[in-house]
Amino acid sequence: MTQSIWTEGWFFPLLLLIAKSLLVLVVLLTYVAFALLADRKIWAAVQLRRGPNVVGPFGLLQSFADLLKFVLKEPVIPSGASKAVFLLAPILTATLSLAAWAVVPVADGWAVADLNVGILYVFAISSLGVYGVIMGGWASNSKYPFLGALRSAAQMVSYEVSIGFVIITVLLCAGSLNLNDIIKAQDTKYGLFGWYWLPLFPMFVIFFISALAETNRPPFDLPEAESELVAGFMVEYGSTPYMLFMLGEYVAIVMMCALTTILFLGGWLPPFQIAPFTLVPGIVWFVLKVSLVFFMFAMVKAFVPRYRYDQLMRLGWKVFLPISLVMVVAVAAVLQFTSLGGVH
Amino acid sequence: MQNLLADYLPLVVFIGVAAFIAIALMVAPFLVAYKQPDPEKLSAYECGFNAFDDARMKFDVRFYLVSILFIIFDLEVAFLFPWAISFHEVGLFGFWSMMLFLGVLTIGFVYEWNKGALEWD
Repeated sequence: MTQSIWTEGWFFPLLLLIAKSLLVLVVLLTYVAFALLADRKIWAAVQLRRGPNVVGPFGLLQSFADLLKFVLKEPVIPSGASKAVFLLAPILTATLSLAAWAVVPVADGWAVADLNVGILYVFAISSLGVYGVIMGGWASNSKYPFLGALRSAAQMVSYEVSIGFVIITVLLCAGSLNLNDIIKAQDTKYGLFGWYWLPLFPMFVIFFISALAETNRPPFDLPEAESELVAGFMVEYGSTPYMLFMLGEYVAIVMMCALTTILFLGGWLPPFQIAPFTLVPGIVWFVLKVSLVFFMFAMVKAFVPRYRYDQLMRLGWKVFLPISLVMVVAVAAVLQFTSLGGVH
Repeated sequence: MQNLLADYLPLVVFIGVAAFIAIALMVAPFLVAYKQPDPEKLSAYECGFNAFDDARMKFDVRFYLVSILFIIFDLEVAFLFPWAISFHEVGLFGFWSMMLFLGVLTIGFVYEWNKGALEWD
């Protein structure tokens, strides 16, 4: 198919490509809508509340009602704002966080673009996410968004460094940048104990916590910090521009869940390569694992008190960075000098 | 060249569709929602006060320091990627060269730490 785009008729392959992209995005956004509801429901349950329960059975349609509400709200552009940048920021945030999904293999080989540098692409795109925050905060021309954007940017870049090191250790073991190959490298005879979460357990923990910080989730939601900065860089936003920020944030969170699944929990692999497990299609395992990681994200939000900003930066630079640096050396040394390195 | 295009075309199409969805959502309330702007509504939010001065003010130099540190370490991560992929081909020489590089970087990191570049108080 890939060759014929340029040699034979190009129209139908292109149409197929658009249809595929649209399918992935619509399924993804529907998943995010329910993930958002699940997040609120879990948070409510931990606090012995009911959470949203009015729209649809058990409040299942709450997110869709919210979407309608956002669309019908008056869009306000502050008079002091830089209008073009102000409007561009939410579009950028939402587009970038959606764009990362192009390379995610939801089942064996099921990715819109099966890039040979998949993980590098995801890393690059998620780094660009910080621009949406900076642009939104600066263009608002208001004090709270400005301070919120600075904090948010510093926090996101700080934790990206340790995420980078964690990815390096996984790459040392897997030996490929292709996300599908990274999953296949975890397919050993030990089943779920051969996935990288066990051999690289410290990195799994660091990655999970860094992912919380990278996506501005509680306990690291300093940029929002509603008690001091009102809503961080989003103060001046309302209507769908605000919704696009929220959407981008949640898509990025689910992306981080998917990345955790791919790097550490064996992606679409069944827990054991024996009969009842192998009959279930890979996409079901993938969605189950992503949902499990998302459940952990939601529980952390409900349980853990918020960090102070200096504690947050200390954790990133003085704890995670040295540990992950040492772990890169340790993993490389183990692969180089022991028989484990010969396995791959 | 054709292979490269065929590999990356799906990516371009995907980003295009994603951007289309984002822009459609962005434009929607400007078309359908009720609008009645007034000067108070459009002024910057500052807890009920009128804005005292320009919001684009001086800020703490530590944010600048963090971004400088980020550039160093992120470049280093980018440098580690090809090494990690070709780990089994480069052998012992490649291993020790990278250890030397990481050692030099660690010295820099220790220096920063002692200088207090990582302190927030």
